[in-house]
Amino acid sequence: MKPVTRNFRDKAAQTMGDRGIQSALENVYNGFFKARIVASEATDNWEEQRTRGKAIKDHTIANLDHYLDMLATNVERNGGNVFFAANAAEANQYVLDVAAESNVRTVIKSKSMVSEEMGLNEVLTKAGIESVETDLGEYIIQLAGETPYHLIAPAIHKSKSQVSDLLADKSAETGERVREEDAEALTMQARAQLREVFQRADMSVTGVNFGVAESGGIALVTNEGNGRMATSVPRVHIAVMGMEKVIPSIRDLATMLRILIRSATGQRISSYVTMVNGPRREGEEDGPEEFHLVIMDNGRSKLLADEALRESLNCIRCGACLNACPVYRKVGGHSYGWVYPGPIGAIVSPVLTGLKDGKNLPFASSLCGACHDACPVKINIPRMLLELRGKVAESEDASERGRGRWEPLVWKGWKWGMMDRKRFEQGARIGRAFGGPFSSEGWMSRSVPPISGWTSSRDFPLPASESFVKRFHERREDSEPGKTDGDES
Amino acid sequence: MTDLPARPRIEPRPESATFFVTCLVDQFRPQVGDAVVDVLASNGVSVDVPKEQTCCGQPAFNSGFRKEARSVASRFLDVFDSTDSDRPIVAPSGSCAAMVRNYYPVLFRDDPAELERVKRVADRLWEFSEFLVDGLGLPAAEDEKAVNGETKPVPANLSGLMGPAPATTRSYRQPENLPLDDGAKLPSATYHRCCHALRELGIDRQPNELLEGVDDLEMKPLERSEVCCGFGGAFSVKMPDISTAMLDEKLDNVEATGAATLIAGDTGCIMHMEGGLRRRGSGIRVLHIAELLAESTRTGPSAAATREGNAS
Repeated sequence: MKPVTRNFRDKAAQTMGDRGIQSALENVYNGFFKARIVASEATDNWEEQRTRGKAIKDHTIANLDHYLDMLATNVERNGGNVFFAANAAEANQYVLDVAAESNVRTVIKSKSMVSEEMGLNEVLTKAGIESVETDLGEYIIQLAGETPYHLIAPAIHKSKSQVSDLLADKSAETGERVREEDAEALTMQARAQLREVFQRADMSVTGVNFGVAESGGIALVTNEGNGRMATSVPRVHIAVMGMEKVIPSIRDLATMLRILIRSATGQRISSYVTMVNGPRREGEEDGPEEFHLVIMDNGRSKLLADEALRESLNCIRCGACLNACPVYRKVGGHSYGWVYPGPIGAIVSPVLTGLKDGKNLPFASSLCGACHDACPVKINIPRMLLELRGKVAESEDASERGRGRWEPLVWKGWKWGMMDRKRFEQGARIGRAFGGPFSSEGWMSRSVPPISGWTSSRDFPLPASESFVKRFHERREDSEPGKTDGDES
Repeated sequence: MTDLPARPRIEPRPESATFFVTCLVDQFRPQVGDAVVDVLASNGVSVDVPKEQTCCGQPAFNSGFRKEARSVASRFLDVFDSTDSDRPIVAPSGSCAAMVRNYYPVLFRDDPAELERVKRVADRLWEFSEFLVDGLGLPAAEDEKAVNGETKPVPANLSGLMGPAPATTRSYRQPENLPLDDGAKLPSATYHRCCHALRELGIDRQPNELLEGVDDLEMKPLERSEVCCGFGGAFSVKMPDISTAMLDEKLDNVEATGAATLIAGDTGCIMHMEGGLRRRGSGIRVLHIAELLAESTRTGPSAAATREGNAS
């Protein structure tokens, strides 16, 4: 998927002006956000589970080469094929090669964010291969020609009536246009449309929630069963995963599933947890003839190499940070301009696609920390946003620097003022003198940049006529001449 | 972040503290500084105010300008590390306290000498409500718990997020209504939980206990009290439209409480919310928790201090 991270501000403004989307985003707090809290409170040792989840991920990422090697060895031992893709292009080529070898005409997909990174649907379509998303939300998004809005609820911004139109238009392609309005009828309509594709699909491409190194298997979490259909019906199954999705053992999987699912939807367990351990074996009735696992880097090595950002590879894509984020709940998913939206996206997207375009994203946060609080593996997102801000402001590479032309000067001036108490006092007096004409009752209702960004919608206070420290010591001098104990430093 | 343990009480009970005023209080809201001095004094703690203090460096750090932030942060350490070394430092801001406690170690990670100073200062640095409740042991007086035969359970760290903080109309701390300076009765109030105190330092129970301890203050529950007001320092100026959308949600919820006063613990957030309320033409006044406590104690010795005296 081509990144458009540089459009953050425009897209955010557009989203904030869209009442339909705003009302959908408003529901995120009372929906997913509260569901996670209810579920975690109902779990006895929730904090322990989070700590354990973090420890598992920390350990795996610190020994990533070891566990990826173990995973690959065991997948092959189970009869599967493994391909390490350095980037999206290599991963796409591998999928195309497998498809060509098996003479594939139709591919069904089960929700996969990595395949969004690859832009796989577009690649397949260009090669003359039909590619159909089978996760309901993802199917809706595909019909709309859009990209996912949320990590686990890709069509969260679509209203029921928009879904009605999309499914009706689809129905018109093969017969009479039928526009359903009832949610259940809509689901049945989508089901019928998808069932037909399932039956003729030659190949499936799914994501991977966890790759289990010890067993050489993958785990998939879904609520619709499409993942299971996709992994068992077509002749060929290709699973694509980011290289950070490996965990050591089945035992770790128990912990990870527990925290992933509760954090994502608030369920104790999803309707389906599908385990795939290679292709169909002799005597088995179901399963694909071929199983391929594509393990993709696509920039993740950059995160791995950077000690300050490495923790972002702990992400299990539950979406809890999006739901908790007051910025995401205003600007929505598309503003972030690439596959991964929200707080984690503001770290991952600029690094994977280049700070050059994504330099706005680390600043799209009030640093409130709600994401850190919500994260099932305790990723310190605010801290990494600050790391990226440091890179953007101080980068040697001019193309990566995202500061305004005036900004270095402003901060130099700020520092000059803060390094001396007298200048600090003078600065405030000057501010008061300049702001005075714009103010009433000590508050300015308009001003000049950079404060004008504030006063466009809020009043800004004038500095007080006398600072606290000055007044405090003057008073003390008056009452106790000679005593200035603050001066002892 | 969610499971930060409370700091142990300071033994022996300190009689003095160093006041880290913070630049916003110093220059924009000196009355908060007065309030802190009064509340500490009424609890038997005198303050010294280092004359040379300015800012902790957070604005530059949050904007990515680490070099400038480091200079100002080093200067902060010069000022506060050279005062009486075991005296607690009190700041009326969770955000500035979090900068020193949580982010100075990041800022100076390549500088072992500075890290030593950071550790010394950070260990002494308390957020205002944290200092009163955890450091001094106010206002949950042990004797009172014993009389009631119950200890108040500390809420599970997530339960507070589920909804508004519990409404309380308790008035057991002080025998009589305390007048305001102008002779008016303390009105109803609601409390916004500022992000950095809440999530960087895990400070939530402390301000609530202090507010519960204020006589005849009707606390109105605030929906989404833990959600950011949209201030975020430079964020409020760099991304003003997003910041404003967040502020609007916050102020809608504040106005829906019907409370006459909005209380918070960080001056940046206070300026932001008050600036927004003024623009709306709202009559809701915004107070730092120290101002509220000072108002309720200014007319005489604090009940809290009296209780402490009884207990010992």
